[in-house]
Amino acid sequence: MTPFSYARAGDAATATRLGMGAGAKYLGGGTNLVDLMRETIEQPDSLVDVTGLSRTIEERDDGGLMIGAAVRNTAVAEHRAVRERYPVLARAILSGASGQIRNMATVGGNILQRTRCPYFYDDAARCNKRTPGAGCDAIDGFNRTHAILGASPACVATHPSDMCVALAALGAVVHLGNATGARTLPLVDLHRLPAGRPEVETLLEPGELITAVELPPLPCAVRSTYRKVRDRASYAFALVSVAAVLDRSADGMVRDVRLALGGVAHKPWRAFAAEAVLRGRPADEAVFRAAAEAELADAAPLRDNGFKVELARRTMVAVLNDLAGEAA
Amino acid sequence: MLITINGQGTEVALDPRTSLLDLLREHLELHGTKKGCDQGACGACTVLADGERILSCMALAVQYEGRSISTVEGLAHGGALHPLQQAFIDHDGFQCGYCTPGQLCSAIGMAAEIARGVPSAVTADLAAGTISPSRDELRERMSGNLCRCGAHNGIIDAITEIYTAEAAE
Repeated sequence: MTPFSYARAGDAATATRLGMGAGAKYLGGGTNLVDLMRETIEQPDSLVDVTGLSRTIEERDDGGLMIGAAVRNTAVAEHRAVRERYPVLARAILSGASGQIRNMATVGGNILQRTRCPYFYDDAARCNKRTPGAGCDAIDGFNRTHAILGASPACVATHPSDMCVALAALGAVVHLGNATGARTLPLVDLHRLPAGRPEVETLLEPGELITAVELPPLPCAVRSTYRKVRDRASYAFALVSVAAVLDRSADGMVRDVRLALGGVAHKPWRAFAAEAVLRGRPADEAVFRAAAEAELADAAPLRDNGFKVELARRTMVAVLNDLAGEAA
Repeated sequence: MLITINGQGTEVALDPRTSLLDLLREHLELHGTKKGCDQGACGACTVLADGERILSCMALAVQYEGRSISTVEGLAHGGALHPLQQAFIDHDGFQCGYCTPGQLCSAIGMAAEIARGVPSAVTADLAAGTISPSRDELRERMSGNLCRCGAHNGIIDAITEIYTAEAAE
């Protein structure tokens, strides 16, 4: 590990002032950054520990929630309002990592974790994310875990988070701050697709800190769920995952729906095309299939991950069927 | 910095690169906590920080200044094994023993999570306030602790004996 200095920020103003320093990085639970530093993929000059900031979950009068960026993943998943009003979020978090890691990892750190593409971790391999312009050994390599949507010739890595897939479905808004001000971004806009610059993963400005994640009120999210398909029953990253909210009217029509996919793209993938097919149509399997087809129309599988297209289609249909059955 | 290890306040001066695991093993000579993968994949390094199970390999020790850390060395009292340690022996919950300190600390942290109603990925009813510690629940919750000897069934038997009896009381 390359030497660095460490400072614990007592408040957001101190954090963002220190965060503006050259080579500074914010540190949450460390469950990804410390590992990357040990591999010398990340070599910050200074770490600004922000785990002491914004650790509360505030229930809003409008029914929404404001979740501080330093709240631990376990604390989000066990919060009563999350379990009752946004079960998709609790389920997504509980599907990720292990109990130990969920106790350490923060909300902000989960959002900003980096891909687990093995070529990104292997310093003997070429990786445009690690060394811009070097090339990508995953595209023609062992790529069964890689992206089928939104990838580029420069990068086929996926975003590893489960939590973010649920946040994408729920229309979460990310609150950001730096030394000069504050702003918000929809979570679905925070992460970039790789295009020609896969090393730039988010729209964060230098020194910008995630301070909170806001869940807008969404009463129909009481009927929501998350399904993760992986190589073993627990403690593995998603091959494909689906977060879904389904609001079915008494006459069996889709009144509202939110869908997002994990394990398939460089960012948590909100399935807007599928949602457009579903809204106002009968909540039945034929329509669910048509929606999944629409979302995957542009899927571009690689040598080893063609199975993900069919897996994503089936998982979307299965999850929607489950929610439709539950609503009946 | 001051850190409490197994109830004892300890003053240490550290390079910020030092992990909590290396602090325990290399600086404090507490070799009970094991280094398996050193990258958060195996759970052998699990310790309790203020009662919560964490991976000491991924934890920078400086982040735990002022916190209270419990390791496997702190489980037995006055020569008497912790009941869970005895249950691991009774149920053949280990073979080589390398993952055992992490399994023990993880199980103790897990039991506290169940007691306060934290759901898991296999909990059917998220809204339920109490968790029934079924075998499926225990297996899911212990999935972050690998045993390469394959003693998982004995481990779950041991945990079941101690914590489902407790839950039934």
